[in-house]
Amino acid sequence: MRNSVIQKTILYIILAMGVILTVGPFYWMIVGATNPSGETLRIPPRLIPGSYLMENLNHLFASVDIWRSFLNSAFITITYTFLAVLISAAAGYAFAKYQFRGKEILFSAFLISMMIPYQALVIPQFELFSTLGLLDSYSAIILPQLAYPFAIFLMRQNMQSIPDSLIEAARVDGAGEFFIFFRIGIPTMLPAITAVSIFLFTHQWNNFLWPLVALISEEQYTLPVALATLAGQRSIDYGQLMLGASISILPIFILFLFLQRYFIAGIISGAVKE
Amino acid sequence: MNTPSPVPHPENPATQGKTKKRNNFVSIQRAPYFFLFPAAVLFLLFTAYPIVHSFILSFQTTTEEGRVFVGLDNYIRLFQDRLFYESLGNTLIILVFQVPIMLFLALILANILNSGFIRFKGFFRVSFFAPAVTSLVAASIIFLLLLHQDYGLVNYLLSIAGLNSVGWLNDPLGAKISLILVTTWRWTGYNMVILLAGLQNIPKHLYEAASIDGASKVRQFFSITIPQLKPVILFAAVISTIGTLQLFDEPYTLTNGGPIHATTTITMYLYRNGFEYFDFGYGSAIAYVVVLIIAVLSLIQFKWAGVER
Repeated sequence: MRNSVIQKTILYIILAMGVILTVGPFYWMIVGATNPSGETLRIPPRLIPGSYLMENLNHLFASVDIWRSFLNSAFITITYTFLAVLISAAAGYAFAKYQFRGKEILFSAFLISMMIPYQALVIPQFELFSTLGLLDSYSAIILPQLAYPFAIFLMRQNMQSIPDSLIEAARVDGAGEFFIFFRIGIPTMLPAITAVSIFLFTHQWNNFLWPLVALISEEQYTLPVALATLAGQRSIDYGQLMLGASISILPIFILFLFLQRYFIAGIISGAVKE
Repeated sequence: MNTPSPVPHPENPATQGKTKKRNNFVSIQRAPYFFLFPAAVLFLLFTAYPIVHSFILSFQTTTEEGRVFVGLDNYIRLFQDRLFYESLGNTLIILVFQVPIMLFLALILANILNSGFIRFKGFFRVSFFAPAVTSLVAASIIFLLLLHQDYGLVNYLLSIAGLNSVGWLNDPLGAKISLILVTTWRWTGYNMVILLAGLQNIPKHLYEAASIDGASKVRQFFSITIPQLKPVILFAAVISTIGTLQLFDEPYTLTNGGPIHATTTITMYLYRNGFEYFDFGYGSAIAYVVVLIIAVLSLIQFKWAGVER
């Protein structure tokens, strides 16, 4: 029995070290956000949160319009998530519950496109949006990935478990196809829809390369682009930078803490087949 | 329903006008096309068309008279471009160290969390997974400060331990190591969650039988856990390889590809050519080389896993 106590202790130490390494940087971010830049850069550094939060916030406002970026990010992400979930749920439902011509070809096209790295699309998408005159707009960020193949794939996998008898019964009662989708398909699939929504929300909130390319004027910047611009300045004020990082991380963390079951379900449903 | 219709068809006259009168303008035959229409149109316009366009662009170059076809010139130039090789080399070095280290750590953590006697599993899982949901830019900013050569916490801790400070972001080797560290920090928990789900799918009776036969824990790990987990490890390896080959956000914010070109990854080089030098043709050729490399590496990983089974 002695052995197993030692063994357990070692395992807990490994886990504790893991927690320090993964969560530690976030703690450091809070220390940085609540102290003057000088305090964080002092030797030895100050290791506890301070009371300089409001000053850092004022400095941050003076350097970038962080609220504007926050609202840009929020509007883009929420609109995107809502539309993308609806579009992928409808497509997933069609793939899962109907037989029709062209089904195999279309589904394979979606699957194959998942293997193409996103960077290969950035240049032609830039040209396309510049032709459409949509660069530097919200639609430029929302439109390109509305039909997100991975989300469609996940939706199809989950929609297959809707009982056909339920759909048939509704048809016998005279319900139309759209009515069935909205009143039976979506409600029975709420957990999967939540998982996919969270996946898409996180993806868009953190999206960086495409907004960096497609957004030109500062008042259109999303949070990651605004932060990267701030970090690229010649003289860096770490206090405001850490505060900016906190502001961009906070919404996702809150979402994550409440809905972590769905975050994890979203990842697993792609990896492990039942 | 008092008139049972033989075919439950919404446009069947037997059901029409009966009970609930709904405007069934969409037949079962046509419904899937309506459901797929938005996804298909958006996909064709914003994914399929750019894929094809990018391929065409890679055979073109921009001159004063506009775009002209230059055949394989972009690809030939690529194979003579020292910076292309350097950025490809950087990416592969990062890949070769980062993916195995990360999967190894993820496997250890998943196994610990899968053992019966560990408590607070939820807490540990949330902590390890947290980096995966944070924005890469925000994470890079935190590490910018942590890894600062003169004022960073990491070098301060090293100095307490009596070690020399390391140029985490200013030294060619240090910068590569930093990128590996930050990428591993971000994705280990994500892979751990995938592996943990795989571990939980392994039938318990396999272990019970092995225990009865007197196989040690270590023996069980190598002869049951690893083979059973192989498909899931493969999945994690493939997505991690694709992710690392596309590494962009971290080097862009952490090191901006430097010092000199030490952390210029292949996608950063693509970005430079496309959006700093506006050489779209050359950039597209780089993109297609990345596509090719990803396809080949994925194939190798599948083959390797298939042969070993």
